[in-house]
Amino acid sequence: MEKHVVVIYPHPDDESFGAAGSIAKFRDQGVPVTYLCGTLGEMGRNMGNPTYANRETLSVIRKEELMNACKVLDIELKMLGYRDKTLEFENRNEVAANLKQIMEEIGPSLVITHYPEHAVHPDHDALGAAAIEAVRLMDVEHRPVVWAQAITNDYHEVLGKPDIRNDISDFFEKKTEAIFCHDSQASGILSQFKHIDKLESEIQEDIKERFSMEEFYTWKFED
Amino acid sequence: MKPIEIEKVQAVLDGFTNKSVYVHLETTNGAYASHLNDQAYNVGAYIRNANVVFNQAKLVGNGKVYRAGLKMEMGWIYAEGLTDWIMHEDTKLLLAGHDREGRLMVSLEISETPFSY
Ligand SMILES: [Zn+2]
Repeated sequence: MEKHVVVIYPHPDDESFGAAGSIAKFRDQGVPVTYLCGTLGEMGRNMGNPTYANRETLSVIRKEELMNACKVLDIELKMLGYRDKTLEFENRNEVAANLKQIMEEIGPSLVITHYPEHAVHPDHDALGAAAIEAVRLMDVEHRPVVWAQAITNDYHEVLGKPDIRNDISDFFEKKTEAIFCHDSQASGILSQFKHIDKLESEIQEDIKERFSMEEFYTWKFED
Repeated sequence: MKPIEIEKVQAVLDGFTNKSVYVHLETTNGAYASHLNDQAYNVGAYIRNANVVFNQAKLVGNGKVYRAGLKMEMGWIYAEGLTDWIMHEDTKLLLAGHDREGRLMVSLEISETPFSY
């Protein structure tokens, strides 16, 4: 059993769409989980549908949504205070040092983050790389295991089959509940599954199929 | 935000002329455009808290979608596709254009005090 799991993603909602099922599974086993959330998604373009947020209120709304999702998932939340869309421009070593310090206080046995260069959003790639660098900087005997999540359309072909495939069907409702905490974002993101020729029930099935398997690659450190 | 009311917004814009103001100007089609559609391109730009003075400001449109042009001593600030407005914290003018799913596509904001950073 894991001792403590640390999840490192840049945006409020990455934890819910990406790993809520695995997180719920860990919490079900009594494993403590801490989410280090990089930014408040200040520059997101989903403003709710119909629109109720604006560029200046979005961060306040998303912070509230993030806290609610973490409550639903029953996990500890630490907000890192970086700014949306800027992580790739920050000094990688400074971000890694910051993450390393926080992780040394927590002492995780497992870290979940994005797979650098295969995570679509520049913030995902940059924070994933910094998180992996932070773990690499630790003494080999103290390093937690790292699960890296790729989300490109072709990651199976490019990276091969992920070694960690978590079927989270049993926790699907929890995951959905966490996703819908992010109300300002969820409708915009889930609308990509809506097609005119599809029935509501088919859309539900699509979403279920897309979100019931959470896949990760165990990171192999070279030194 | 609410649909742009041209007289009201024009009056607010006029109130900012010849003052030192902070501008947020942005356009985006999202970080996932080419992820969701491989024919699409990711483009976007923003500048936050540019400290400028403009001496002329005008909003022009067809009653639904508007363009804003702010004339400075040495150049222009321009935004197209603006549909909605609101006064944020009573003093900050927010203008934005949204697509039919409510996603922000363009934003022009003006304030005498800096926007949060
Ligand atoms: Zn994200």
